Amino acid sequence: MDKQTTESEVVAELRDGMTIGIGGWGSRRKPMSLVREILRSGLKDLTIVTYGGPDAGLLCKAGKVKKLVYGFVSLDSIPLEPHFRKARQAGSFRAAELDEGMLQWGLLAAAHRLPFLPTRAGLGSDVPGINPDLRTVRSPYDDGEELIAMPALELDVALIHMNRADTRGNGQFLGPDPYFDDLFCLAAKRRFMSCEKIIPTEDFAKEGSIHTVKINRMMIDGVIEAPGGAHFTECPPDYGRDEAFQKEYAATARDTAAWDEFERKYLTCATEAEYQEAVKKR
Amino acid sequence: MSEPTRAEVCAVAIAECFRGDGEILMSAFGTTAAVGGRLAKLTFEPDLMMTDGIATAVETVPPVSGKAGEEPVKGAWLPFRTIFDVVWAGTRHVVMMASQIDRFGNQNFACIGPHEKPKAQLLGMRGAPGNTINHKTSYFVPNHSNKVFVEKVDVVSGVGNDRAAALGERSSRFHDLRRVVSNLGVFDFETSDHSMRLVSVHPGVSVDEVVEQTGFELTIPNHVPETRLPTDEELHLIRDVLDPEGWINNEVVA
Repeated sequence: MDKQTTESEVVAELRDGMTIGIGGWGSRRKPMSLVREILRSGLKDLTIVTYGGPDAGLLCKAGKVKKLVYGFVSLDSIPLEPHFRKARQAGSFRAAELDEGMLQWGLLAAAHRLPFLPTRAGLGSDVPGINPDLRTVRSPYDDGEELIAMPALELDVALIHMNRADTRGNGQFLGPDPYFDDLFCLAAKRRFMSCEKIIPTEDFAKEGSIHTVKINRMMIDGVIEAPGGAHFTECPPDYGRDEAFQKEYAATARDTAAWDEFERKYLTCATEAEYQEAVKKR
Repeated sequence: MSEPTRAEVCAVAIAECFRGDGEILMSAFGTTAAVGGRLAKLTFEPDLMMTDGIATAVETVPPVSGKAGEEPVKGAWLPFRTIFDVVWAGTRHVVMMASQIDRFGNQNFACIGPHEKPKAQLLGMRGAPGNTINHKTSYFVPNHSNKVFVEKVDVVSGVGNDRAAALGERSSRFHDLRRVVSNLGVFDFETSDHSMRLVSVHPGVSVDEVVEQTGFELTIPNHVPETRLPTDEELHLIRDVLDPEGWINNEVVA
């Protein structure tokens, strides 16, 4: 079984208006090579579900987002994603802002093929006001407690990035946190995993304990080998965040000329390989 | 030892928020709050758990500024998923920031202006709705003014006492607002309607100044004490162990 594919083949499958979940967290282990390929495409009107980082910032800046489902959008070392901030303040997309735990609950509901999962999170806050579709549910047991019914976040496509994968679609994270990447895959109809390196299945054990092989091949439809694919977000232990690059990216939100230069250098590359070359030349 | 700074008084007041908490997760955001939480753990609340800010509990207390020193002793694995479990299980006390807070402790750090098209996008909801409805919550405001302490917040991210009460006893039974510490004083909600009350003013601050800088009506007891000063041991821990570079004094200006 060989599920190897490429960024361009994956993005060729995507359609305008799709709901796309993106793994990682903030500026950590994001499938950026796939995001960059979406930026190169003509795709539009996307609904993006994410623990947001520069994936959300770049897609919002490029005008590809119709609706963003998120609890935050952060670059971690820069608390607020500046391109997301600008797009929000321009009111350029529908902001379905949730408590960050509710996002997990929506993905888990979709993963388990449930219409919703009950939670206390969100009650009393403005989350229901911001998301008028959100309903509550009353416990059918004696307690009768009223809870938020977090609806399933059903995804058309999930995009995640792992440290290692095999060609079958098993995936291994070697950093400190799996984030919610497995749930993104389980919540989606089509699931694509980029990775730093494709290795023979028997080599997973050389890289980390069995617990680190969090993604099993039933959860994956395509595997993309993308060394540096999470750049400029962190992907430990392979590499940390490219803070200098991130700073440069963030600064472009304040300066149109700087953005034009950034876009010319890094986003008009025809391929991911060209992007990686441009980054090396810095 | 030289006189305590305002920031050091704040750090001790934040530490005091955790008194009696025992074996729960201490999460304190911002420099001064982080120093305060760690101070509680190093002194009167040694059983508190804390994380390295990434995905692991640490059983020794790393400094907030200065040289990292020895690698902290790592305890349990606490990835974000486990943190959410802790939040929803309620074994946590968080100190969050507030860009706006009202008299019932409704907090906003999501955005300023209407949510559809905000004047200023801030952090977003983050975990504030889930935190406040599930476990102990306190706030630290390093820049007390009537722009922060407002009659009505633009967006409610952290749930206040009036909104919790409106949910009924059952749904709000884990809602537990403790204290607000600002650069001017300490506040709680121990009033008949659970609105904000002035508990103490920091040394050098007058009650009038607090009232002037607060955009809603505060309950002011007849006698308002001064916030307690750091002990010599606490000053040593703050200055020599937790924050040798004195970062808290940049966050809190007297």
